[in-house]
Amino acid sequence: MVEMLSPLAPVWRPGPHGDLSAGIGVVMSETQPGSIVQLAAWPGETAGMLAAIDGHTGLSLPDIPGGGVSTETKAAFGFAPGKFLVVDEAEGLAESLSEAIPASLGTVTDLSHGRTALRLAGPKAEWVLAKFFAVDFSLPVFPVGKAVSTGHHDIFALIQRTAPDAFDLYIYRSYARAFWTALGHACEEVGYEVR
Amino acid sequence: MLITCPYCGPRDVSEYSYQGDANRRRPDPASTDQAAWNAYVYDRVNTAGDHKEYWQHSAGCRVHLAVTRNTLTHKISSVAIARDVVVAERKEAAQ
Repeated sequence: MVEMLSPLAPVWRPGPHGDLSAGIGVVMSETQPGSIVQLAAWPGETAGMLAAIDGHTGLSLPDIPGGGVSTETKAAFGFAPGKFLVVDEAEGLAESLSEAIPASLGTVTDLSHGRTALRLAGPKAEWVLAKFFAVDFSLPVFPVGKAVSTGHHDIFALIQRTAPDAFDLYIYRSYARAFWTALGHACEEVGYEVR
Repeated sequence: MLITCPYCGPRDVSEYSYQGDANRRRPDPASTDQAAWNAYVYDRVNTAGDHKEYWQHSAGCRVHLAVTRNTLTHKISSVAIARDVVVAERKEAAQ
């Protein structure tokens, strides 16, 4: 198997950083999933696509805007009408989904090498993200599993809440290093650890 | 200015791209009516008030929206997914 290379390697500095007087506010990490796959249902085929995702991955997504589910090893969410991102720790999801989803239902696009998955966790994660994105991240309107598509300046980001105090961000790989560096600067005032 | 995307919810206008006047209708592509094409390309109603226009949520779900915006106040009075609006219009026209 090919060894996975991170675009963050040149700026990867594990350990605590920033103002640690109040402890560590945020833990930043890269999740490196083996598969990141985008699914797009043809108009009117959303229900069929949701059923296919459920049947193939066991993730039952609510049919609401941004509806999603995340487990220890898998995640899936809607990020636009009829469009879904499905993530798996294991490789090979794009191939198996391509077989499971007929061309009459929609398209399957393998983005595993095109996106970098970052995780922001800790008591200040929500606060740091609120500095970056003009989106309401409070738990009542942004519950666990929900996702949004938004951008930080021109860097597009898909964000899913995976726990009350944790978020997974999917960033274009070529922008990931710049975004990671900016995120580190944003975390400095609350103290952060890279691990 | 905030535009409430039917999918994403209220977002800042910086997430959107203006996609033009939604009042005009393209003539049949097979048409050679010079006046109709001239009107389509150049004529604008230049409304002072509620104006129908297309916006794309380009830094979000990337869906095209049919928006009614007041050009005097920036008040957005309606937002719908453009595809749904056009499909409904075509269905109506076919009847």
